Amino acid sequence: MSPAVESASVVCRGLIKHYGAGAAQVMALRGIDLEVKRGELLMLMGPSGCGKTTLISIIAGILNQDDGDCIVLGEALGKLGAEAKTAFRCRAVGFVFQAFNLIPQLPAVDNTMIPLLLNNMPRAKAMMRARDVIARVGLAERADALPAQLSGGQQQRVAIARALVHDPKLIVCDEPTSALDHATGQSILELLRGLAAGEGRTLIVVTHDQRILGFADRIAYMDDGHITRIETMRANGG
Amino acid sequence: MLSIALKILTGDRGKYLGLVLGLTFTSFFMTQQPALFFAILNQVNSFIADAGLADLWVMDAKVQFSRDVIPLSDTMVGRVRGVEGVGWAVPLYVGNAGIRLRDGRFQNAFLIGLDDTTLIGGPPAMVKGSLADLDQPDGVIVNADGANGLLARPNPVVGQPPIPLTIGDVFEMNDRRAVIVGISAGGANENGQPTIYTTYRRAKTYAPAQRKMLSFILVKAKPGFALAIVAANIRRWTGLAARTPTEFEALTTKYFIRNQPPFMVFGLSTVVAFVVGGLIAGQIFYNFTLDNLRYFGVMKAMGATNRVLRRMIMLQAFTVGAIGYGIGIGVASLLSFAMGRNGRFVPHIPWELLVAVALAVVALCVLASAIGLRRVTRLEPAEVFKA
Repeated sequence: MSPAVESASVVCRGLIKHYGAGAAQVMALRGIDLEVKRGELLMLMGPSGCGKTTLISIIAGILNQDDGDCIVLGEALGKLGAEAKTAFRCRAVGFVFQAFNLIPQLPAVDNTMIPLLLNNMPRAKAMMRARDVIARVGLAERADALPAQLSGGQQQRVAIARALVHDPKLIVCDEPTSALDHATGQSILELLRGLAAGEGRTLIVVTHDQRILGFADRIAYMDDGHITRIETMRANGG
Repeated sequence: MLSIALKILTGDRGKYLGLVLGLTFTSFFMTQQPALFFAILNQVNSFIADAGLADLWVMDAKVQFSRDVIPLSDTMVGRVRGVEGVGWAVPLYVGNAGIRLRDGRFQNAFLIGLDDTTLIGGPPAMVKGSLADLDQPDGVIVNADGANGLLARPNPVVGQPPIPLTIGDVFEMNDRRAVIVGISAGGANENGQPTIYTTYRRAKTYAPAQRKMLSFILVKAKPGFALAIVAANIRRWTGLAARTPTEFEALTTKYFIRNQPPFMVFGLSTVVAFVVGGLIAGQIFYNFTLDNLRYFGVMKAMGATNRVLRRMIMLQAFTVGAIGYGIGIGVASLLSFAMGRNGRFVPHIPWELLVAVALAVVALCVLASAIGLRRVTRLEPAEVFKA
């Protein structure tokens, strides 16, 4: 492994992915090369259907590439079996979704501690840790509220707490602000940047929201399965 | 994750209650219908159980069930007594009699004639009087249900309960005088008719005259002789069938299940309860799993293995199954208790029935969860990024 690869959190080389077969085959990724440093916040921009979600799905270990290499946190994902990949996601990846995806029957604290329980942490300890992280996202008073009792911004804060609670080294976010108003979206990105990137985690954010681009270290623009250009916004970007 | 599974289940109140109600309905009917069936069978077989002293019931080889009396000649008692291994053998009459009460009412009754000397085959317990009082002229014993129920005299005071028959009361049985000398416990039968006990010789005078009057011969084996050997000896030397009480009851049960439409209805109701309850519970549980499919996908993306998700779904299914089963058999038992206080007809819930219903509910839970599980285990975690 080269020194560049060793210092990178994510290294993709010639990543190819297609869906379907024969005449109906669609090329989603056409040979992606990308490196993301540890502690970096990379945003992926591009029109719908350009392959952004496919790319973060492969990087997060929830989709297999057809060709090329994807090394994440030192693990060559293409070589991992299904169980090893599940275990990798469980310990190393946090997810933030566009639609929050909080389980409606569970209060915020229970939603937050799911990754800890999946990592076999005892329930009492997981509960304490979840309350602590919920307090860090500013929702200590609402820890026992159900998702339906929270505003959109508050729900996304709970989702961020859930993504951070097991201390993952990589967080992938899919359109985290698209369901939120401008002010709330800004505060969510500030929170993500402060809590995640500030602690040496790597963040990859898929977004269409031009208003949050200022939070990125680098922005990768995609089109038709390619990365067309990468723009560096801060010195931290590579 | 199992506590999370339970919170997801109980958090969706509507579906949770629907599932519990569906499985309660299923458990209740699957317990109640066979319980009624067993209650009737108990009553059909009650006079077999009441004759506790006998090891074997000897009867015509063509008898198919306990009320299928094919009369034998009285001389058969002597022949059976002569068979190797027989300790004692006594006659028993079983038949019907028409009772004319003093107020002019007519009532059919179940008449049992006991061996004059030993009175073997009589009621298991007496409420008033003694079995030995049957030696009094025209003496009969009436079971308590009959004395307090169908045979009770109307109360001359309007609105007051009927007056039960008691010792000393007189009625006509097939135009012959009968005097009540005792009131017995037990004696229930499937038609709800009163049961009248008297001696064998007197029963023959009450019953319409026939050339052969003997219904059964009750046999006790000599100590040291296996019942199977004694039964085989009786068969060989007399041509009659000899059955243990258990075999005789089983023969009756089998006959009723195969040949009596009301019993088939009980069986059909049980199957319908299983199918309908299963469909309701299965459908609700499948919808519940589908509603939560997205969240199972999220958990899968976060690192939940299929094994963890399987355990969660199975726990949810078995939790509603256990609660529904508990409530279902609880309601069935309460109903049985309430009917039992009335004293005439008590649905019978043996432990074997409870085990069978539990197994059926387990099968329903496995089936209901299996359909949902299939969707969950096939779910691609990448689906969670689809809006």
